[in-house]
Amino acid sequence: MKISVFWSSIVLVFLAGLGLTQSAVNPYYFNALYVILQATIMAVAWNILGGFTGYVNFGSAAFFAVGAYTSIALDKTLGLPLPLLILAAAAVCGLIGLGVGYLTLRLKGVYFAIATLAMAIVIETFINNWSYVGGARGVYILTPEKHLWFDTYIEMLFVVMLGLALAAVAISRQLNSSRLGRGLAAIRDDELAAECAGVPTLRLKLVSTTVMGAMMGVAGAPYPFFVTFVDPISAFNLFVAVNAIAMPMIGGTAHWIGPVIGALLVGSLQEIITVTISSELNVLLVGIMLVLFITLAPQGIVGLAQKLRRRFFP
Amino acid sequence: MFSFDLLANGLVAGILLGGFYAAVAIGLAITFGQLDIVNIAHPAFVIAGSYIAWILNSRLGLDPVLIGVLVAPVFFFVGAAIYRVYYAAFERTGQESLSGLAFFFGVMFIIEVALILVYGVDYRLVTTGYIGATIEIGVVGIPLRMLVPFLVASALTAGIYLYLSRTFMGRAILAVAQDRLALQLMGADPVRVKQFAFGLAIATTAIAGALLIIIGPVEPSVGRQYIGRVFAIVVLGGMGSIPGMFIAAMILGVAESLVASFMGPSWAPAIAFGLLLLTLAVRPSGLFGRQ
Repeated sequence: MKISVFWSSIVLVFLAGLGLTQSAVNPYYFNALYVILQATIMAVAWNILGGFTGYVNFGSAAFFAVGAYTSIALDKTLGLPLPLLILAAAAVCGLIGLGVGYLTLRLKGVYFAIATLAMAIVIETFINNWSYVGGARGVYILTPEKHLWFDTYIEMLFVVMLGLALAAVAISRQLNSSRLGRGLAAIRDDELAAECAGVPTLRLKLVSTTVMGAMMGVAGAPYPFFVTFVDPISAFNLFVAVNAIAMPMIGGTAHWIGPVIGALLVGSLQEIITVTISSELNVLLVGIMLVLFITLAPQGIVGLAQKLRRRFFP
Repeated sequence: MFSFDLLANGLVAGILLGGFYAAVAIGLAITFGQLDIVNIAHPAFVIAGSYIAWILNSRLGLDPVLIGVLVAPVFFFVGAAIYRVYYAAFERTGQESLSGLAFFFGVMFIIEVALILVYGVDYRLVTTGYIGATIEIGVVGIPLRMLVPFLVASALTAGIYLYLSRTFMGRAILAVAQDRLALQLMGADPVRVKQFAFGLAIATTAIAGALLIIIGPVEPSVGRQYIGRVFAIVVLGGMGSIPGMFIAAMILGVAESLVASFMGPSWAPAIAFGLLLLTLAVRPSGLFGRQ
């Protein structure tokens, strides 16, 4: 049996993460890694629709926030454990993705982009007026006492997020190389031609919006336990949406590894700048990097690497 | 409790607000409706216009409307330059759908964060003689800080409408929207026409920004609330029809004002987006659109 490089590296990364929790490192690193992993899931999810299918989602923050608020509401009413909260968030956000897609994906792609922006504000207004989950004032979440065999709760959360991020990468890779992924690429390159060639375009687009929504919900579900205070301003932060777009664009959208590279690179850079210089500057930097990359290197880092390889190893 | 006074005041306030929305949306009716450029950064330019009005008003004491008119030519050249970049990077290579959208998203973000970095998140406001005064007609009060933007916005809309329908350049802009190739065959350069039109659209945001800061205090992230409003207005108005845009702006203004009066202001932001989603789902060509 041939051992796949991809799957063995997935297992190795997960084991390395587990090992990290057993070594005595500064707890700050788990916080920083959690943020980077969360951004990775968001970037990978965005890329399933944006990169593979060519439809821009500006409402990433809304999916993320709905994931977070689903877990707040269910934690408050039923006190469900984290894995069930994550599943519930995936279901709710997947349905929202399906609904928005169904309403707008039959129109031009531009309308989908605007509708996602619209959806973000509608949902934010709704949450602002929903006092059960804190409304505009926000809500405090108590970190559960139990954290399995880990020393602290953040270590457990980090391992959960690592597992989710690796799963997201694996799903994205499967999609990219499957029959479905080829259908999505056909839609991106020429939707009319794809339709004529018998690709069920609407159904494939709906599948990719649903998967994207569910994945973003998953990224948001553990967020309340990570920050312990959630209000609409932080959950619907535009920065989440900008990161979700900027990271795949910088890494390269056509290949599944692009958003992973972008997220790891930009995410680490952000953590370093936030700690050493200032957090506002880091926000500005992402915007500038996004604009520079899409004007000067539209294929991202993956595209640049391919170009270099072609030049030196033709 | 239903009250007639509240309804009358809500209607008048809504019409005044709608007129102001027309000033914010008219530039987008040109870029998105006519040129097919999805300029998401449009409200961010409006906010930049507000900040310039605030700076010049507090330093030199000039009237905000006058500042808007004076700054408009500067914005025109900024807009033309941005279109140059947009054309060279995306339109020429046919990548405007994905990369172009992300490009304007990035521009919006840069403007907002740069304003926050330089001026902070405090609310800024302008001072002139007429802010604070109110005309009373029966039970209806008309604040001048709403009436002045309404009048300026109506004049701006009428001016742009006449410009597009009567002048050579205006007709060329309408032509490039309808058939780019035909315009090229007539010997006109569509890129230059579009560059001019984009500059014109950004120039209107200087005036809209001045009106925005007359109506109320402004901080950098206010622009985001206008993204949905302006797109809802342009789509509902039928993509690029100026009279349609003006009527759609009125509809949105009245709807928001009535909801704010009867249900509470915290629900108002969702109106625009609800209207937009409804239009997209039921009648994507808008009220006055070509089928």
